[in-house]
Amino acid sequence: MIFIYLRRVIRSGYHNFIRSGFTSIASVLIMTITLFVITSLIFIQASLNASLNDIKERVDVTVYFIPGAEVDEISEIKSSLEKLPEIREVYYTSEDEALKNFKERHSNDFLTLQALEELDENPLGASLNIKAEDPSQYESISKYIENDGTLSKGALTIIDKIDYRQNKIVIDRLNSIITGAQRLGFVVSLVLILISIIITFNTIKLIIYMSKEEINVMRLVGAGNRYVQGPFIVSGILVGVVASLLTVILFIPISIWLGNQMTDFLSLNLYTYYKANFFQLFVIMLASGMLIGGISSSLAIVRYLKK
Amino acid sequence: MNFEIIELGGIIRPMIYFNNVTKKYKDSSSLEDISFSITEGEFVSIVGHSGAGKTTLAKLILAEERPTSGTIFFESTDIHKLSTKDLIKFRRKIGVVFQDFRLLPNRTAYENIAFAMEAVGKEDEEIMQDVPHVLELVDLASKAFHFPHQLSGGEKQRLAIARAIITQPEIIIADEPTGNLDPMNTNEVVNILKKINDLGTTVILTTHNRGVIDQIKKRVITLENGRVVRDDKDGKYML
Repeated sequence: MIFIYLRRVIRSGYHNFIRSGFTSIASVLIMTITLFVITSLIFIQASLNASLNDIKERVDVTVYFIPGAEVDEISEIKSSLEKLPEIREVYYTSEDEALKNFKERHSNDFLTLQALEELDENPLGASLNIKAEDPSQYESISKYIENDGTLSKGALTIIDKIDYRQNKIVIDRLNSIITGAQRLGFVVSLVLILISIIITFNTIKLIIYMSKEEINVMRLVGAGNRYVQGPFIVSGILVGVVASLLTVILFIPISIWLGNQMTDFLSLNLYTYYKANFFQLFVIMLASGMLIGGISSSLAIVRYLKK
Repeated sequence: MNFEIIELGGIIRPMIYFNNVTKKYKDSSSLEDISFSITEGEFVSIVGHSGAGKTTLAKLILAEERPTSGTIFFESTDIHKLSTKDLIKFRRKIGVVFQDFRLLPNRTAYENIAFAMEAVGKEDEEIMQDVPHVLELVDLASKAFHFPHQLSGGEKQRLAIARAIITQPEIIIADEPTGNLDPMNTNEVVNILKKINDLGTTVILTTHNRGVIDQIKKRVITLENGRVVRDDKDGKYML
């Protein structure tokens, strides 16, 4: 009995959806916008996360040694630093490498290169580039290095300068901007999604209201409430399904374009991200669409029938 | 109580009995102290000018409205004392045809009729058997898969009639069924209703169309200003 009922209701809802042409298209469009907003917000969150990680990557502490410092002493310092749990990696640049890098950076600056020639010795010292696990730890790492005795005896004698203090302000600022953006982004996401759902719900409600005559005829002919409500709910779910398919397809060219043009800005190649997470994203869109469509329709039709 | 029946021999059952029914709407009175009875298998036309109360009468029989005073009986039950469940059962015994057709716009002719059967829980096999039959009866077999907007006025009304009779109701109420039709279609519709009546269904028809009454030549109840002014066995249109 249930199967016959389900089959009839599904067939009825399907026919309603297909044959309503214009109004179905309107619902699908609104729902697509909603799903589009939801997916965009997922992308934005992913981008913000990637940006944060990027910052963590770019932020580092560089310890510059005086020219002529003993390589053994520098190695000692390097090993003791690597032992610290807060430190992720330590990169060593020798004096010669430093000179080579300098020459490359200034390859077009003839005057500077000439000035370099005038000098007999390499004016540059070796350096250690330290990357921490978390940007918030640079402060303590910096302090640790500056403290005479904790690193190694006489370490401070060969250290020229520590390039962190200068960047500290910038690093902190960037950190707080991005964390703030993440929090704000989350709240804005929720609000936008809520607004979209409300708009979709109202659109479906209006459409059901437009079917007033039809609903009255169905009741006149003796159809019970479930028989009247069922097809509308099925139509609503179908709207969600079609809208999610549309959204998925829409995002393909968008993500390609963003992947090509905006990877630097977003710290993330959206096309790659989209491809990698395609299945999960599609499921999220499909489930959201079906849920919003189904629930909107059932709320709308049940309230209408109560009158 | 009802001397008519005794006169006619006492075998025929009263199907619908209006007992001193009055219906008032706010300040105006739509029906005043109406009493009559309709027996099984009768074809009764209710005539009157627009506003005379014909549609109100139809609504009262369907229990869509309650009388301000008086009672309406179906067989021996007061229809306004029925529970919701029994009311649904009662309504399934009545097929209704309206002036504005009231078809489901997004379904084909076949599906419109099938819906009436689905609504009362009939099986698919029964539906597949009965619907083509009834389409033949109203001469719409060739348009089974057309949508209402593809049908003419006359065809729409025939479809509405087909839907009304598919569940084999005991009564058909046709409220101004020919109101939106031209004379030729009016003729056709009336003929179909007569055919249905010949097969045993009680038909109650409301109209203000003279031609319809003269075509039917059966009992006519005349309403004027909410009162029954005439009740003729061989009705003629007299207003």
